[in-house]
Amino acid sequence: MYAQMVDTGVKKIKTLEEMTQEEQAFQKKIDDEIKIEPKDWMPEKYRQTLIRQISQHAHSEVVGMLPEGNWVTRAPTLKRKLQLMAKIQDEAGHGLYLYSACETLGVSRDDLVEDLHSGKAKYSSIFNYPTLNWADMGAVGWLVDGAAIVNQVVLQRTSYGPYSRSMIRICKEESFHQRQGYEILLTMMREGNDAQKQMVQDAIDRLWWPSLMMFGPRDDDSPNSQQSLAWKIKRQSNDELRQRFIDQTIPQLEVLGCTVPDPDLKWNEETGHYDFGEIQWQEFYQVLKGNGPCNRDRIRTRKKAIDDGAWVREAALAHAEKHRDSNAA
Amino acid sequence: MTINMDTQSNSQSEALYDYLLRLGDSPLILGQRLCEWCGHAPALEEEIAIMNIGLDLIGQCRNWLELAAKTADNGQDADKLAFTRDAHQYRNLLIVEQPNGNFADTMARQYFYDAWHLFTLEALCNSNNRDIAEIAAKAVKEVRYHLRRSREWIIRLGDGTELSQQRMQQAIDDIWMYTGEMFEMDDIEKTLVQEGCAADQQQIKQRWLDEVAETLATATINHPDPDAYMQQGGKQGVHTEGLGFILAEMQFLQRAYPNATW
Repeated sequence: MYAQMVDTGVKKIKTLEEMTQEEQAFQKKIDDEIKIEPKDWMPEKYRQTLIRQISQHAHSEVVGMLPEGNWVTRAPTLKRKLQLMAKIQDEAGHGLYLYSACETLGVSRDDLVEDLHSGKAKYSSIFNYPTLNWADMGAVGWLVDGAAIVNQVVLQRTSYGPYSRSMIRICKEESFHQRQGYEILLTMMREGNDAQKQMVQDAIDRLWWPSLMMFGPRDDDSPNSQQSLAWKIKRQSNDELRQRFIDQTIPQLEVLGCTVPDPDLKWNEETGHYDFGEIQWQEFYQVLKGNGPCNRDRIRTRKKAIDDGAWVREAALAHAEKHRDSNAA
Repeated sequence: MTINMDTQSNSQSEALYDYLLRLGDSPLILGQRLCEWCGHAPALEEEIAIMNIGLDLIGQCRNWLELAAKTADNGQDADKLAFTRDAHQYRNLLIVEQPNGNFADTMARQYFYDAWHLFTLEALCNSNNRDIAEIAAKAVKEVRYHLRRSREWIIRLGDGTELSQQRMQQAIDDIWMYTGEMFEMDDIEKTLVQEGCAADQQQIKQRWLDEVAETLATATINHPDPDAYMQQGGKQGVHTEGLGFILAEMQFLQRAYPNATW
């Protein structure tokens, strides 16, 4: 899940009686599972919420290239290098579709990127953690893309058409990344030496809790969820999605022969789910505020890339402008 | 005096091995340089294109190095060749190991290499070594696109703004001295050309010069001095200072954990 704590700007959800006719018609479409398309009427707050959520997701794809770029020059074999390059390329592509989906709501990519660089827009907290050894490339694929898929599979049914269609496309590629990530870890655990096995456990120890934080705050502390659920921008609550992720991930962890750093994790026969310990919410909110280990570096790096490239983009525009007539002819 | 046939065929296969390393090492090192751009490109579209071209190059390198390993038949494989040879054993062209610099520097390096690469691969499609011809035929389709893109960037930046033209001109001037090596044929290449196995750089050179002259003219970039002094040595294993650092980074895991499975 690449969007956390998306503000809807709504204090209280309106009842049907409180809605205008337009709002009622809109809500009826939503309730009847009819997709909202760019030209359809929509409440301004629905539009703003979508912009925030989709752009957060797009920014996450782009910022998420950085922790992988940290290892792409050091991948251990040609096969692993090729896989990682292909994954990074997919992520840039996802960023591009999502920015396009967002542009259908009447904002420009440049403005969205500006909001990222100024700190106004967020991206997933997970990418503010460093990638410290090669196994992180496996663990990011398995846990981070895994957590993203749990959310995105549900978002394939989100109410806004262009977002839903982007999700369908993105999910296919993400599942592939997740399997590839898991295979990196499995190879290191099954065929690796002790040092490699330690790398895997170390990566899981560092990334486990931040992966759970990707689902956002507990439902009780998620003031915007109700409106997003009513609008079917979100389809399931943070806690439901987090539980599903844990339930499907622990058996895979056992196959690896690794552990997670949670002494309270245990199967609960009665509920049919895993119980788990309390997330360090203070850390989560601090990372969102900009105080994670890599927040500053990530944003500075992205801003520098776009600033340093300004002359290239300007030149491309100037060239196109000069040759507009001959191109049109 | 009788010719020792074994010695002759040994030296032939050594020459072939060396030539295959030359073909494989250049795309590997250029692909590695392109990886350094990850997250730093001037636009998202360029992130995709740079990674895409890097992927093609490293995929091609894997094919060449696998064939080199098969030719040497000494227990090597493509990964051992890529990750355990030191700089003096690398046979890539000097041009590909030059630093990324700014986007114009990267594009000037790419364009000069792409044009050479495409014409060389086209020649290799007619190699009498079937393995070489097959790899070249596959790569040629990818490299045709690489050249189209880098040519477009030379033109866009050259004939763009005043600043971009200045940067493009500087980039072309700076990298020029590394282009001559591409066409220098030592005994290894000459022998293989005679055998019908390698690309004849004498024939490629004029095509390359024509291509470059046309593009630079369209891009309003002054053509560098064709008789300028040229650097060489990469194909014989004498490199610039940059390569050692490229390898130190690229080979880190294989060096730190020898013989591990990844």
